[in-house]
Amino acid sequence: MSKIFSIQDTRDAFSHALLELGEENSNVIVFTADLATSTKTGIFAKKYPERFYDFGIGEQNMISTAAGAASCGKIPFVASLAVFACERVCNQISVSVAYPRLNVKIVGTHGGISVGKDGATHQSISDIAIMRSIPNMVLIVPCDGAETKKSIKAAAEYVGPVYIRLGREPVPVIFNDDYNFEIGKAVTLREGNDVTIIASGLMVHEALKACDRLLKEEIRSRIIDLHTIKPIDETTIEKAARETGGIVTAEEHNILGGVGAAVAEVVVEKYPVLMARVGLRDTFGESGEPFDLLKKYGLLSVNIVEAARKVSKLKKK
Amino acid sequence: MDGLEDHTRSIAISVNRQMIDEQTAKKLKEKAKTIRRHVIEMLCRSKSGHPGGSLSVVEILTVLYFHKMNIDPQKPNWADRDRLVLSKGHAAPALYAVLAERGYFPLDELITHRQIDSRLQGHPAMDYTPGVDMSTGSLGQGLSVANGMAIAGKLDKRSYHVYVILGDGEIQSGQIWEAAMTSPHYNLDNLTAILDYNKLQIDGPVEKVMGIEPVFEKWKSFKWNVKEVDGHDVSALTEAIDEACEFKGAPTVIIAHTIKGKGVSFMEGVIEYHAKSLSEEECRRALQELS
Repeated sequence: MSKIFSIQDTRDAFSHALLELGEENSNVIVFTADLATSTKTGIFAKKYPERFYDFGIGEQNMISTAAGAASCGKIPFVASLAVFACERVCNQISVSVAYPRLNVKIVGTHGGISVGKDGATHQSISDIAIMRSIPNMVLIVPCDGAETKKSIKAAAEYVGPVYIRLGREPVPVIFNDDYNFEIGKAVTLREGNDVTIIASGLMVHEALKACDRLLKEEIRSRIIDLHTIKPIDETTIEKAARETGGIVTAEEHNILGGVGAAVAEVVVEKYPVLMARVGLRDTFGESGEPFDLLKKYGLLSVNIVEAARKVSKLKKK
Repeated sequence: MDGLEDHTRSIAISVNRQMIDEQTAKKLKEKAKTIRRHVIEMLCRSKSGHPGGSLSVVEILTVLYFHKMNIDPQKPNWADRDRLVLSKGHAAPALYAVLAERGYFPLDELITHRQIDSRLQGHPAMDYTPGVDMSTGSLGQGLSVANGMAIAGKLDKRSYHVYVILGDGEIQSGQIWEAAMTSPHYNLDNLTAILDYNKLQIDGPVEKVMGIEPVFEKWKSFKWNVKEVDGHDVSALTEAIDEACEFKGAPTVIIAHTIKGKGVSFMEGVIEYHAKSLSEEECRRALQELS
């Protein structure tokens, strides 16, 4: 059974959410580093120019400035390409934002290799691993437009540092507007007990496609959208491990340190089961069309199907 | 001063500025001595920390907290307070001594500095210590942070002033210059930076390790209003800070020429006292000089 999904650019959802926040809360301010167009924060800038600050190509400065503003009651949303909003500014996030628990919301767009033709330097493949390892950070990887909008709104409500990772490619719509999003609560999209597939970001749609394919082989997979990598939903993961006996993770990120690692850490301590991680196998990306890259680097539903097939076969019965 | 100084003076709004009187200067000098004593006591107890750079910044902090800043120790989170970012965070002992003397927390807590479970962390931590406006310690970030506070002040139309103290080794850091571009770009004249220019860093004299001169011209070229003072002269410091606060249209940086280890004769200008565990003999001699 194939579904026709409408698609939406998550950055559009982000900018709509920002406009709403701008209206609701005068303390919301927006920063970028010469990337108002790419991050789509330019739309907020047009409506609220006095609350928008461009820092030019100086991300470290931008992050620490956001910390200062947050210490005085502002809620800065700081947006750039994920490589620049995370990797490049690790220490600034760590000591200026996370250590003092300041209310800064960092949005890294262009996560993963689907960034495409710009190539490796613009494709963020380590940001989930980095943000996970910094205490006090909340880390969200929404899978579609609705989830993006909800997570941005939730981030504004939450008091403390947040990192949200978006992609560049428009993605199929999975949730609608009355979806009840909660930070830290994973969403089970499909029920099944033969194997679990836990995915984030654009891999959630790939996981749903994999689910349909696996059903044809009589494999009933449980599909979990793990939008919040930190704090991770240990309860849902443990339940899945107990009830299905095998877990496949899928992420547009290095398999080292990201979603797979986060899930494995829970599984190994709570209820060890066989796992397989679908993601970048510790390699940088390259230039290419987004679809071709996802195919070449093994980040499509066919790769999830293969992993799920293996896990359901080899898992302890 | 040269023609550049005259140029900046001509832009500044001139006000009837009074030099502080002798009584006030004397009181500030005495307070500075007390602060130095606390610094040495703290470092002797903790057996780790940064004596040289903590001692060089004492007059700057004393003038700010005992003469200039609009603060209320009973309300450390008062939204309209003046803020201070100690970007050269390793001078924390001096800041803690000043905060305790000012009444933010008890004086007898000072000796817990750097001990486990203490509210006085090795480098300033805002969620640990009342009166600390920002966590610092990883050099190069404080000017950006101060800009953020100044931006918030402008947005909310609050009248608070933001002070940030920089180290000279610290301005080798690129992020300082990113922030230095930002302050005039966003017209942050509610911000004053003070450079504790003691000329020494860990690996040697600053000019030998990675030269930063010409410092005055660098800040000038970044569109700052620049002042230079003797960083141990409380009257000169007061005057410079007053002028900085009144200067409109651009942020001000005060280059304060200081001596690393100032106040303890055998530490003055000695590189090794950047970070040193003081011996009992050194402690005894230092405290004797400061008694």
